[in-house]
Amino acid sequence: MFKTLSLTLAFALVSTSAMAGGHCAAGKTLTEGKLTVATGNPAYYPWVMDDAPESGQGFEAAVAYAVAGEMGFAAEDVIWVRSSFDEAIQPGAKNFDINMQQYSITPERDEIVDFSAPYYTAPMAVLVGPGAVDTEATMAALRGLKWGAVGSTTAVPKLQNVIQPDSDLLLYGDNADVNAAIGANQIDAALFDLPTALFLSAVMIEGSKVIGQFAPDSSDNPDQFGMLMEEGNALKTCIDDALAALSERGALAEIEAQWLQDTTGVPLIK
Amino acid sequence: MAKLELRGVVKRFGDVTVCNGVDLDIEAGQMVCLIGASGGGKSTLLRCINLLEPIEDGEIRLDGEDISVPGLDPQGVRARIGMVFQNYNLFPHMTALENVMLAPRRVHRTPRDQLRPAVETLFRRFGLAERMHNYPDQLSGGQQQRVAIVRALAMRPEVMLFDEITSALDPQLVGEVLDVLLQLKQEGMTMVLATHEMGFAREAADKVCFLKAGRIVEQGPPEQLFGTPEHPETQAFLARALK
Amino acid sequence: MARHKTTSAAGMTRRERYDAQQRRRSLIVAASSTAIVLLAIVLLVPMAPGWEKVQKSFFNGAVLAKSFPKLLDAFLINVMIFAWSAPAIAVLGLLIALARDATAPALFPLRIFGAAFTDIFRGVPVILTVYLIGFGIPGLGLPRPWNSPYIWGSLALILTYSAYVAEIFRSGIDSVHHSQRAAALSLGLSDRQVMRDVVLPQAIRNVVPSQMNMLIALQKDVSLLSFIGPVEIFRQAGVFKSLLANFTPYVGAAIIFLAVTIPATRYADHLLARQRKERR
Repeated sequence: MFKTLSLTLAFALVSTSAMAGGHCAAGKTLTEGKLTVATGNPAYYPWVMDDAPESGQGFEAAVAYAVAGEMGFAAEDVIWVRSSFDEAIQPGAKNFDINMQQYSITPERDEIVDFSAPYYTAPMAVLVGPGAVDTEATMAALRGLKWGAVGSTTAVPKLQNVIQPDSDLLLYGDNADVNAAIGANQIDAALFDLPTALFLSAVMIEGSKVIGQFAPDSSDNPDQFGMLMEEGNALKTCIDDALAALSERGALAEIEAQWLQDTTGVPLIK
Repeated sequence: MAKLELRGVVKRFGDVTVCNGVDLDIEAGQMVCLIGASGGGKSTLLRCINLLEPIEDGEIRLDGEDISVPGLDPQGVRARIGMVFQNYNLFPHMTALENVMLAPRRVHRTPRDQLRPAVETLFRRFGLAERMHNYPDQLSGGQQQRVAIVRALAMRPEVMLFDEITSALDPQLVGEVLDVLLQLKQEGMTMVLATHEMGFAREAADKVCFLKAGRIVEQGPPEQLFGTPEHPETQAFLARALK
Repeated sequence: MARHKTTSAAGMTRRERYDAQQRRRSLIVAASSTAIVLLAIVLLVPMAPGWEKVQKSFFNGAVLAKSFPKLLDAFLINVMIFAWSAPAIAVLGLLIALARDATAPALFPLRIFGAAFTDIFRGVPVILTVYLIGFGIPGLGLPRPWNSPYIWGSLALILTYSAYVAEIFRSGIDSVHHSQRAAALSLGLSDRQVMRDVVLPQAIRNVVPSQMNMLIALQKDVSLLSFIGPVEIFRQAGVFKSLLANFTPYVGAAIIFLAVTIPATRYADHLLARQRKERR
């Protein structure tokens, strides 16, 4: 008993002294020696499994721990908090060091907050309800559908500028409401990033299908997910270095492969 | 047979008996005045005759027909018996003309154009020709009350009930309204008035009834009731009222 | 002769002179205190340390210019939904009010229905009704276009607002003095004719100011339909907010709302004041 306690104490001392020994993140986090990471409330598969980021299971949870490890934080030094989208982009002090909620990096958002280098580039994908599963993956066919999307995502400009549907868009507050609209047959199709679309199709909307994806380069504005930080956060260079190292080693790609599996079977839209 | 016959009329509001066995005959063409202190049951009696209040006991007969039978549709009776109220009760959202034409249009289903000549004649007869297109709030109290009388007359009633129609008027306006009553009397209208105008009752009434506590204490021709009242309660009331 | 003593050359009595002086004084005091408060806001708020950030994300001229035309377009949807909902609310509200006041025993179920209707729809937050009806009824499997969120969302607004409007109509019916009924009945009119020709016209006139306030509230609540799909002004502002990471579009939407509701509110107050004066 005494032995365990002293061991833990020794470990804590070692890690603290290691941090104090001049690592990049030293003195730059909210709590010295700890990395505070925010996720959604609740956080969803496949980004965080079972709404339990502490497990390190799920794409964003795994990336968070990999980045933290790269910066010299032990797993137990990663502290999880929850935040909403609006909270995160408001001006002012933050209660997190980094926030991972599939934030698409946009220049406008970048004026208010800081983003890390992207940790994922998500293609947009088309999810259709049971009534439209036979729609061809061509622009002409897609244009004739009744479209919906979550109003706060970059799916909206993509729809307006790239697909340009024949009838007016319907926009919703969150994924659950888009699901309800597909369920009520009020819309045929909705545009999500691919991982979300796959998840919704597999788990949430019976009879729905992901019928196609846009190549990230076919749009001038591919969705790239970045870690969100307070504007001017000194931690940014450390995070970017860690991400670059992970990417170089192929570790990031491994995590992506593990949690956001190969999406073959969803054709490119011509 | 009298035009209107009241037999043992009883009216209660909860525990309060407001009319306590009223017997009264009103002959065709007669003007009958009901006098007495407020709360004596004069107004309630008029409202009972018009079937605005159902009676608990007794009978009210119009041309010998019992109109107080429970369940009788009151509309037909009310169309034959006109009533004018103390506070005029004109409809404020209609002009004087519309006020007068509403009931004939709805109840007799007579179209406006057909009504118009007769109604205009009525307005002229009571000196209101200039006021036909005014709204009630543009009229003096006396004018409003005369419009209310015209409104009741437009239904060509057989009997008219007047419920203290001069009580809300400024003293100088009372005369013009009483003149209308005299005019109607000359034309042979059967009328029942609840009134505080003792002088008018004495001069114009064919019969005067003194009511107290829901009963007719004494009734008779005005010269008898005002000149030689028999009942001590009548004497006491008149002594106070004519002071 | 006594009059000469108190009348000035300007033809004013000394009371009138005194009142005029008092009026001038209070006008000056009101004007200068207002000016001081405004000046303080204009000068002091920008001195707050966070002002620059707040200005950039809430009062950004470039963002406002970019988003305003589209916000106006989106506002047309609000106007449209309002335009077809308001008359339906007036009619349904009146019917519910009449149903609740029905006295004939055969109409008793109607009374029960009216009471339940008002209890339910006044008791549930509008947004819940919008969700439940807007997604729920189309979810039963109605074919297009009959499952449109515009139809069912509007119905949710109509039902909720009818419940409130019905209660206002009832208070209006109660406000018509019973002597009006007596006078109409004494002329031989039926209960229905009395209600239609005498009571209702007065009742409706009496409640116009209150109903104006309901219309203003409705105008704002039309935005709740954005939750079930229609891209009206509130949603359009939200899209801009996400796209531009800036709250200025919400401020733009607020400006458009105020441009409509402030005159409407003033007008309702004016009607109310006039009515009070008439009753006096």
